[in-house]
Amino acid sequence: MNPQTITLISFGNFEKCFLEKLAEAVKHEFNCSADIQETRVDLSEFYDPGRRQYNGDKLLREVIFLNIPGSFKTIGLFNVDLFIPILTYIFGQAQLGGRAAIASLFRLNNEQYGMKSDDSFLLDRLKKEVIHEIGHTYGLIHCHVPTCVMRSSTYVEDIDQKDAQLCIKCRKLIGLI
Amino acid sequence: MEKKISILIVDDEESVRDSLSLWFTEDGYRVACAENARKALSRLESDNFDIILADLKMPGMDGLEMLRRIKSLDKDSIVIVMTAFATVDTAVKALKDGAFDYITKPFDPDDLSHLIRNASMQIALTQENETLKKRVDSLESVEDLIGKSEAIKKVLREVESVAPTNSSVIITGESGTGKELIARAIHTNSLRKFYPMVTVHCGALTESLLESELFGHEKGAFTGALFNRKGRFEMADSGTIFLDEIATISTKMQIELLRVLETKSFMRVGGNKEITSDFRVICATNRDLKSMVEKGTFREDLYYRLNVMNIHIPPLRERVEDIPLLIDYFIKKYCTSMNKPLITIESAALKRILEYQFPGNIRELENMIERAIVVGNGKKIFLKDLPLAKDIIDSSVESLDDFEKAFILQILNKYSWNISHTAKALKVDRVTLYNKIKKYGLKA
Repeated sequence: MNPQTITLISFGNFEKCFLEKLAEAVKHEFNCSADIQETRVDLSEFYDPGRRQYNGDKLLREVIFLNIPGSFKTIGLFNVDLFIPILTYIFGQAQLGGRAAIASLFRLNNEQYGMKSDDSFLLDRLKKEVIHEIGHTYGLIHCHVPTCVMRSSTYVEDIDQKDAQLCIKCRKLIGLI
Repeated sequence: MEKKISILIVDDEESVRDSLSLWFTEDGYRVACAENARKALSRLESDNFDIILADLKMPGMDGLEMLRRIKSLDKDSIVIVMTAFATVDTAVKALKDGAFDYITKPFDPDDLSHLIRNASMQIALTQENETLKKRVDSLESVEDLIGKSEAIKKVLREVESVAPTNSSVIITGESGTGKELIARAIHTNSLRKFYPMVTVHCGALTESLLESELFGHEKGAFTGALFNRKGRFEMADSGTIFLDEIATISTKMQIELLRVLETKSFMRVGGNKEITSDFRVICATNRDLKSMVEKGTFREDLYYRLNVMNIHIPPLRERVEDIPLLIDYFIKKYCTSMNKPLITIESAALKRILEYQFPGNIRELENMIERAIVVGNGKKIFLKDLPLAKDIIDSSVESLDDFEKAFILQILNKYSWNISHTAKALKVDRVTLYNKIKKYGLKA
């Protein structure tokens, strides 16, 4: 495995071609190799019955402990509703300047908002969310450039408005240019 | 972000501290955490935070008590209270105790972002406000009051002592001595400086216009009153009203003015609603109000109401030593505004200016310097650039005959020795002029 490999690890049922497209986007954006792995973990222990959501803090810890050999950074991909104790929901979260991140497509799906499902939208949003969280693992904080993928997004509409790429300033900050 | 906003998170739950810390760090804020109120307060003693995000329910000292203690240390600190047990009572209590806002756990990510953004804006506004206040404080409010003479120093001392009070002031002095400037200096050095100073030139308005100007009017009060209009007294609320040329107001207006000064309330022209306004009054006149009172042309009661403090500005001719400073000041002022290099004044021109009586006082001197800069060669002010140079009779003139001779010669030269025009200008007949030319042996 290439030492600069970002591992995308699936914790849910994702179609192979979907994961491959995500990996391609990550590879392209961070100029590294991207590896896809799948794991079967019982998520029930991360489930909070009171909130009927999955604890993002615990899931992030799980990804950190996976410690995949040769993996430079790892992002866990979920299709469940994530929360952290203080927030009602999250799309994903990351160790700032660390090695691990998580992202979920649960709230990225049009159907969550009473609209018709749209796979291309979903893929586009998850690409942005994955690149955003990996960006945090590189130490990037939220960017004020409106189109930068590192711009903070609290609603899907915010995600739709930005691009799937880092702005020049963010690329420079992490040494991509 | 220009300056990193700092946030202190106070919560007994580690997961909350960690989550919020990560969230805010990702947003570019400087973040610190404390697990209880005691630690937060000790942290605040050594470090400043722009925003304090505090849990309401904590073991030991609760969030409300901590809020009160923080506010007693710094009343401007921004504290946002968060709790999982939201009740209207606690929210109201927190807000009454000075909390900036109140948020219920868990937060919607967007609510949290908005809350912090609003708090950041509040911080920016407070800082801007402080900066502006400092700038206003540091403004040399009496910067135009130039002078080193004892007379002007006395005026400045009087301004300084009367400014912080609410007393009425009458400023007396000849036209052009800077009465409005003194009024502004009093206003800008008073506690009312952040409110307007409203100026009314009483002499420029007829009685009915002045009434409408001072008290305002209701729509339809008179022909042409198409809208409701606030009067100057209303506009000067919390500030100062400066009534220039107060001696010119009619007896009727004097009665009205006295009533307003005593009650601080009035009605608009054509209105029936009593309006109150908190203003300080400063008046100015170039006339002797005391003698007007003696003659019965100015109400004695109004005079005493206004004349709590009298500041007299001496005419420029009585403070000649200030003239060079004033000249320097006006040269700088006008050269800068006209984008010209700073110039100096020729010693002969300065000597002539110092001998001049300046009936128009500082205003006349200012106009003189401005004109000289406009017409001059851009390097120095010469005698020929000064309007007084042509009109003034040479100071070597000592007798009335010498004066008449010099004056007739000056007018003859002005009209190119045209006898008819010169005689007309001098308001004498041609024969008289011929006789004078012969008497003084004047030649073209």
